[in-house]
Amino acid sequence: MTIASSQKAERGNISFVQSINEALRQEMERDPSVIVMGEDVSGAAGRKDQGFEDAWGGVFRLTKGLGPRFGPERVRDTPISEAGFIGAAVGAAATGLRPVVELMFVGFYGVCADQITNNAAKMHYMFGGKVKLPLTIITNTGIGAGAAAQHSETLYSIFTHFPGLKCVVPSDAYTAKGLMAAAIRDDDPVIIFLHKLLLGRTRAGLRQSEEYVVPEEPYIVPIGKANIAREGSDITLIGIGYTTVLCLQAAQELEKEGIDAEVVDLLSLSPMDEETVLSSVKKTRRVVITDEDYPRCSVASDLSALVAEEAFDYLDAPPKRVTPPHTPIPYSLALERLYPPTKEKILAAVKSVLE
Amino acid sequence: MKVLSKPVADKSKYMDLLRQMMLIRRFEEKASEMYMRGKIGGFLHLYIGEEAIATGVMSVLGPDDYVVSHYREHGHALARGMDPKVIMAELFGKATGSSGGKGGSMHLFDASRNFMGGYAIVGGQLPIAVGLALAAKYRREDRTVLCFFGDGAVNEGEFHESMNLASVWQLPVIFMLENNLYGMGSYVERTHAGGKDIYHVADAYKIPAAQVDGMDVLAVREATEEALKRVRTGSGPVFIEAMTYRFRGHSMADPVAYRESSELDQWRKEDPIEKFKVVALREEFVTDDELQGIEAGVQATVEAAIRFAEESPEPELDTLHDNVYA
Repeated sequence: MTIASSQKAERGNISFVQSINEALRQEMERDPSVIVMGEDVSGAAGRKDQGFEDAWGGVFRLTKGLGPRFGPERVRDTPISEAGFIGAAVGAAATGLRPVVELMFVGFYGVCADQITNNAAKMHYMFGGKVKLPLTIITNTGIGAGAAAQHSETLYSIFTHFPGLKCVVPSDAYTAKGLMAAAIRDDDPVIIFLHKLLLGRTRAGLRQSEEYVVPEEPYIVPIGKANIAREGSDITLIGIGYTTVLCLQAAQELEKEGIDAEVVDLLSLSPMDEETVLSSVKKTRRVVITDEDYPRCSVASDLSALVAEEAFDYLDAPPKRVTPPHTPIPYSLALERLYPPTKEKILAAVKSVLE
Repeated sequence: MKVLSKPVADKSKYMDLLRQMMLIRRFEEKASEMYMRGKIGGFLHLYIGEEAIATGVMSVLGPDDYVVSHYREHGHALARGMDPKVIMAELFGKATGSSGGKGGSMHLFDASRNFMGGYAIVGGQLPIAVGLALAAKYRREDRTVLCFFGDGAVNEGEFHESMNLASVWQLPVIFMLENNLYGMGSYVERTHAGGKDIYHVADAYKIPAAQVDGMDVLAVREATEEALKRVRTGSGPVFIEAMTYRFRGHSMADPVAYRESSELDQWRKEDPIEKFKVVALREEFVTDDELQGIEAGVQATVEAAIRFAEESPEPELDTLHDNVYA
């Protein structure tokens, strides 16, 4: 995958990747307790003798330039050893450092789940609140690059399942920068899920205002709050990360047909902003929930249950979910195209709900 | 087994070491009784037989050094100076416990003593030790991390990842292996390809290693002292394997149906407390009267801990929801 990373990018055109990078740089500047670790987050560890430094800047260039700026102690290339370095980040966080670690693809959680779900998620509770874990895990997710079964998942539900973890999913460059900064400043372990198909995007077109730009000065997008990305009155479409983009595209189509869709950009899976979801659904009386994760025991099914249990009397139709099938992710582009939520699938779901 | 190594010169030190080991022993015997009476729930993993290791290690560790442990950690916590009352209350699940009753026997914690927790997934504490050391090094602090683990943890991936990271990053960690020869009920020679002398694995990571008699508190103390000196030069981690034996089962739920009682009898002759008493009496560092005084003092401390735990309130019910997030 190639990422456009023009150094001369105009301010208004700052990409999702540049947003993350800028948030990291700004947080590292303001707080010396912020360190970054991961596989090739700088790159070419040990080959400075050959003149190589910052050769990667992270596999998706999220950390590009941080190594030369802050040095190898703060931007630490690790061995391919996720349980080791993510566990080390947990230990470092227990002393008050604010480590940011990159779990290169979310599927790699399989080799370090113990550190994330048994240690990071539980330590604050099982030690009676006596220790805080200001740890941030960046992880890359999503389908759409022919990356097959082990490099394309989102796995939101794995992490939202565990109390003690916070899970956030930015949907564009603005929310990426703000959630990244919020995650670093948070005193709990936060996982920030970045979708491959969003990384290169500049202006996501998510906001109704065309003047939208990513501010240069640091800011946060609060964890635990959903955003109404588009106001509407006929139906609520709930998006998570990249599916928010699809929901907005669907909403534009629906507008041509005289259907006024509201789009809730969930942003935070845990804690979840149930209030915003419920008040939107109570207003529109119909809901389509989109989620790229496996459909069983998912955030989508959780949302569907929430709406059914808490807003049943307001509904004119049952909640509808748009998710992949319950299969691993195929490699073949012909098959991969069938797999995730699409604008067309969302439109079909809307039609069925409105019938 | 080797004979006890060279004695320490200072009489009060002898008394302290003896008192510490006896406190751990009595504390756990009483905890076991409380478990049988249903006062303590869950799993209770006793350290009985292994007291010399915690005691020897903690007697030379500095107050700023970090300690990380596993689920058989009452002895480590006591030797680190945690209040026996607060530990017993935690075992009872009471509000006055070290984790407010949220952790129990396997999850003791005391930041004020840099006792950074008991972790109950085998091997899970090792990467945390690496991180504590990384933080110390990053802040240019003169701290060493003492990480306890057992022979069972050596076969976990996290052990190998942690050894590698600590070595490539030259971190101040002492890997303290308590080899009690059994991972639950499986004998070490059936579970570790390298056999029962595990310290050889450190060679693969270029970590200097030593094996000591874990039933000899002075040997453990001396080995830890040497390791600390070495680690404090900034040359990276050190590995110590302390050979020991747990006299009780893996946990209270274990009927110990996997080893001959004659093997236990053999090891009981190495009882670290009894052995140490003999030497202390022989060297006249302690008199019979003093010994009885220590015994009575320890007994009183444990009784007071039980009373405190019994009389302490249960956690307030709404604390169920506290501490999920900071």
